[in-house]
Amino acid sequence: MKTFSVWLYQHRRGRLALLLTAPMLWLVVAYLGSLATMLVSAFWSVDTFTGKLVKQLTFNNFSLLFTNHVYRDIALRSIVVALLVTVIDVLLALPIALFLAKVLPIRFRNFAVVLIVLPLWSSYLVKTYAWRTMFSNSGVLAWALKPLGITPPSYGLLATTLTLAYLWLPYMILPIYAGLERIPDSLLEASGDLGASAGKTYRNIVMPILYPAVIAGSIFTFSLSLGDYIVVKIVGGKTQLFANVIYDNIGTAGNLPFAAAAAIFPIVTVLGYLFFVRRSGALENF
Amino acid sequence: MIALRSKRTISIVSAISAALLLLAGCSSSAKNDASTAAPSVPKVAMADAVGAGEGALNIVIWAGYAENGSSDKAVDWVTPFEKATGCKVNAKVGNTSDEMVTLMKSGEYDGVSASGDATLRLIYGGDVAPVNTSLVPNYSTVSDFLKDKPWNSVAGQMYGIPHGWGANVLAYNPAKVTTPPTSWGAVFDPASPYKGAITAYDSPIYIADAALYLMKTQPDLAITDPYSLDEKQFNAAVDLLKAQKLIVGEYWSDYTKAVQSFESGNTVMGTSWQVIANLINGDKKVAVESIVPSEGATGWSDTWMISAKAKHPNCMYKWMDHIISPTANAQVAEWFGEAPSQTLSCAETSDKSFCDTYHATDAMYASQIHYWTTPTTACLDGRGNICKDYAAWTQAWTAIKG
Repeated sequence: MKTFSVWLYQHRRGRLALLLTAPMLWLVVAYLGSLATMLVSAFWSVDTFTGKLVKQLTFNNFSLLFTNHVYRDIALRSIVVALLVTVIDVLLALPIALFLAKVLPIRFRNFAVVLIVLPLWSSYLVKTYAWRTMFSNSGVLAWALKPLGITPPSYGLLATTLTLAYLWLPYMILPIYAGLERIPDSLLEASGDLGASAGKTYRNIVMPILYPAVIAGSIFTFSLSLGDYIVVKIVGGKTQLFANVIYDNIGTAGNLPFAAAAAIFPIVTVLGYLFFVRRSGALENF
Repeated sequence: MIALRSKRTISIVSAISAALLLLAGCSSSAKNDASTAAPSVPKVAMADAVGAGEGALNIVIWAGYAENGSSDKAVDWVTPFEKATGCKVNAKVGNTSDEMVTLMKSGEYDGVSASGDATLRLIYGGDVAPVNTSLVPNYSTVSDFLKDKPWNSVAGQMYGIPHGWGANVLAYNPAKVTTPPTSWGAVFDPASPYKGAITAYDSPIYIADAALYLMKTQPDLAITDPYSLDEKQFNAAVDLLKAQKLIVGEYWSDYTKAVQSFESGNTVMGTSWQVIANLINGDKKVAVESIVPSEGATGWSDTWMISAKAKHPNCMYKWMDHIISPTANAQVAEWFGEAPSQTLSCAETSDKSFCDTYHATDAMYASQIHYWTTPTTACLDGRGNICKDYAAWTQAWTAIKG
């Protein structure tokens, strides 16, 4: 044991190799490697009868994706849903996080954070099926809203958006809460002492400091929503999102090359989103 | 958190894409000849004896084909099989034929209960082995009109054991649908009073249901087979389904979703399976009726096939013999709501008129159901290479759902 540690001490490269081999293998082979295989297969096609791969270079998958307006419609719909989910989550998370970080007495704070995270410990499917029951015609929403004369949304895009917003809410609350905790109370008091109204303090002090946190949360909610195909299958009624196009071409049609080509859309969209976020400077001091 | 340097990123990305293109191009040259050859059946060895069971059996099934008493205590033909053979059954439900083909391609399963829109794809893909029917004693008393059919054999060689057959039914909730429907028109009527509470099957093969309706109602389209559609006929069916989408509340592919949808009142009418109606009526939350409308129906004729890579081939052969044994075949047929393939089953059903109700031994009736078949460019009705293949059906289905 001792000789080994001596050897390690003397060999800087050996040390580095031991430390990095496993994570690098994981990153390069399992992660980037499978991404690369997927991108390559996007240029192949499949024998529609036997379902076997035809490994010949073709751009048919991409031309179909770009020329058929259905895919454009579905892509736009998916982006709108992902953005809506993000907006809803920001609107819900800001007051909750503010309450947690600045209003709640410190001794309750950790407990409250545990409560926020708790839903993440239960199965995603259980939560989604619970929403399916709630949105059904004989569900609790229909029952509760009936006296008010309101019919709740049935299975569809709205139900999908609300369910997704519920599922990803903790991912938005936590970064905002962490961001708010970093703002010392004295800063807010100083702003007040200098005559700023609550609104002005919020706009000029809290928001700029919080901005990177909101962006970090939005990366979660946006990309998770964009990649989801299960919620829309369960509460989406007859609608579909872009991830369903990918899923259907794998599970239903067995057309892996087309699915791979379609999968490039969410990758490019999320990369574009990250690029936009970086340009806005939100990640500089995060 | 993210620190990409844009210039470097761009150069890395372009280098990767160039490499990928090169890779994609290189690997093509060797395979050119394979794709142009006419489809031929890959040679897969056939079993010549059945030995002792291997202790386990992994099968892909339609919901309700391998009941072990967990849905209903009285419904159990898996436990007797496990006791008799020592093969522990592990059943995976496939929701659509497409899913079954994908599951079988994984090579992790010993067998599958494949419908006619999956069988040929599995045979020509080399995923299933020919079946030595002499090793399946109960095969001799299977209805003759199910043997050596285009969907379960190639050139006189059986590739599976016929399981049973039936029609896709029109199910409706009589408490909500006051005038009982008699025609598939009820689910295609744009002015339906049940707008938003109609359901349809979420699979490209459902296009055939629209084609069947057009075949009976629009003779000028001259559709003779709902699985052989040329451009004009195909577009008519797709247009009908696009119009239908306006009155559909949800599409189902998962049978539990279909059950729950009827029970919550979100769905009151739509295409369904008898087993779904049985499950709903068994839960007793709502009651549903199921009929075969005047236009006839699409349907299935299922075949138990053995994987070319089966890890438990002996157990699979034992299962194929068990599932078409008079008792088990009668049980599964009654539970699922289909005609048994085994002629001797008709004496074993708990409802003695069951075989008459399902026309089990009536070859004439069986020939009137339009069994799920994989659409190919070569029209199945012999009109030449002018038909839409399954890839076109799949893409049209995405377009229909929008």
